Amino acid sequence: MGDVITGLDKKAQANLDVFSSTLQELASTDRQILVVTSDSRGSGKLVPFGQKYPAQHIEIGIAEQNLVGVAAGLASTGKKVFAVSPACFLSARSFEQIKTDVAYSDNPVKLIGISAGVSYGALGSTHHSLHDFAALRAVHNLMVVAPADNFETEQAIRKAAELDHPIYIRFGKKPMPILTEENQEFEFGKGRIICEGNDLAIVATGETVYPALLAARKLDAIHGLKTTVVSMHTIKPLDYDLLSAVAAKGCPILTVEEHSVFGGLGEACASFLIQNGFRNRFKIMGIPDEYTVTGSQIEIFNHYGLSEEGITNEALALIQ
Amino acid sequence: MTVNELAHKSVQYRRNILKYIVGANAGHTGGSLSCIDILNVLYNNVLNISPETVKSPDRDRYIQSKGHTVEALYVVLADQGFFPESDLETLCRYKSHYIGHPTKKISGIEQNTGSLGHGLSLSVGTAISAKLDEKPFRVFTLLGDGELPEGSNWEAALLAAQYKLDNLCAIVDKNGLQITAPTAEVCGTDPLDKKFEAFGWAVREVDGHDFTQLIDAFDALPFEPGKPSVIIANTVKGKGVSYMENQLKWHHGVPNREQYEQALVELSE
Repeated sequence: MGDVITGLDKKAQANLDVFSSTLQELASTDRQILVVTSDSRGSGKLVPFGQKYPAQHIEIGIAEQNLVGVAAGLASTGKKVFAVSPACFLSARSFEQIKTDVAYSDNPVKLIGISAGVSYGALGSTHHSLHDFAALRAVHNLMVVAPADNFETEQAIRKAAELDHPIYIRFGKKPMPILTEENQEFEFGKGRIICEGNDLAIVATGETVYPALLAARKLDAIHGLKTTVVSMHTIKPLDYDLLSAVAAKGCPILTVEEHSVFGGLGEACASFLIQNGFRNRFKIMGIPDEYTVTGSQIEIFNHYGLSEEGITNEALALIQ
Repeated sequence: MTVNELAHKSVQYRRNILKYIVGANAGHTGGSLSCIDILNVLYNNVLNISPETVKSPDRDRYIQSKGHTVEALYVVLADQGFFPESDLETLCRYKSHYIGHPTKKISGIEQNTGSLGHGLSLSVGTAISAKLDEKPFRVFTLLGDGELPEGSNWEAALLAAQYKLDNLCAIVDKNGLQITAPTAEVCGTDPLDKKFEAFGWAVREVDGHDFTQLIDAFDALPFEPGKPSVIIANTVKGKGVSYMENQLKWHHGVPNREQYEQALVELSE
């Protein structure tokens, strides 16, 4: 895996589309699969699901607390419940239902945060979810996952369907490039090395893995620097083994996420590394603690340096 | 059970509630005494739940939204044989599973509750599942009148009517007091029957300490086909112990030795 993967410039579907089609496929053979929405079937690309499997679609209305409470009740009877709502509302408005009805009561709801991060960039902070990793990491008995690409999204949805415990999965709505070569393995809690080098490591999650890979390619092409890029799709439980192995190279580590720099992937990595004796140079890239600029997702990424150029510059500064 | 048998049970239950609250030096005394007659009728006359059927997919579900009066639930579950009554000697002790709110670690308890305004949504989801699978079981949830200002209750109430959940029965333990003051002075909910009716529910109001009225109400479920049912049970906080009745301080007051002995004298047959 020495080189940056080859499919980087090929556009694929939005992770949201993959979620929708995977769920339809699962529902076609498993009547226990239920989708629960809070007037979010359109945003969740679930209109076809509801048309094909009306008996497996429960509409709640705009009531996210009830969405999660009802989903927990359904899951307690053995249903495989996907509760789908914009990540901004799901992880905030229904936080206590997630904490109590889902995680504490161990009702195995699959909480699906759609249009996560700054996917709804121009709609303002009400519609951004830059707190969800931080908030949900602190809830016991809840996995937190942000797939990077279509492959990880499909795998996450398939595996979540069979989980006996709660999980939160969030992704965006823009078409994603192909970041995964064929025949890859996917397992919750096991980060994926997408390319490998010894000069720098970038640990990224969700839809920032793509610009991280672009930066890795540029660092190689222009500066001859070889970069390890990890897709740390599972924020919790964090893959400590992989993180240790990467840190053991001794190279600087850059973390990148579509989330506040507080309490997300970066601080989770920093906490582990510092408590386990690693002293690699280290930098967290994310959204700073300020009123977030508005614009498209890509404009916001560019504004805060979560881009090929921004990550490249940060990497060079960290290496020097 | 007959009304006389139920009356006998309630005396024993009230004595046990006080016994274990005194033993733990903690508990929600007043509310446990207000809801105990409802739980008595539910577990002895209504629910098809027993230690033998506790895992059955077709069992009725009871979800206690007002989780803080768990002591009432504990003594009923112990009486029903879900666990040895002596377990309750560990109530609220270090590492005990018998904590101050319901948890699924205790046999017979369906959901972890304690934060108010959660039970109705959980019950609605459970009842929708029964409808989807055409299962015969029913879902019962006990709400306190003090928790009704939690908005999630009304989100769930709307949806219960939307899905025509006539397999769902909510019981409001309307004791009229909450920790601060009378409920009417904090955030009043009257007229409660009209509110539930407006939300699409079929309503019946009973004296929550009158076994005949409670039995008749549960026997009449669903009150209207295609509608969720709510029983507004008018109760007395601290019921059965004269100095506790309708007294705010017994929300989570614990009787001292002398008060406990007086209560036992009053709670004899």
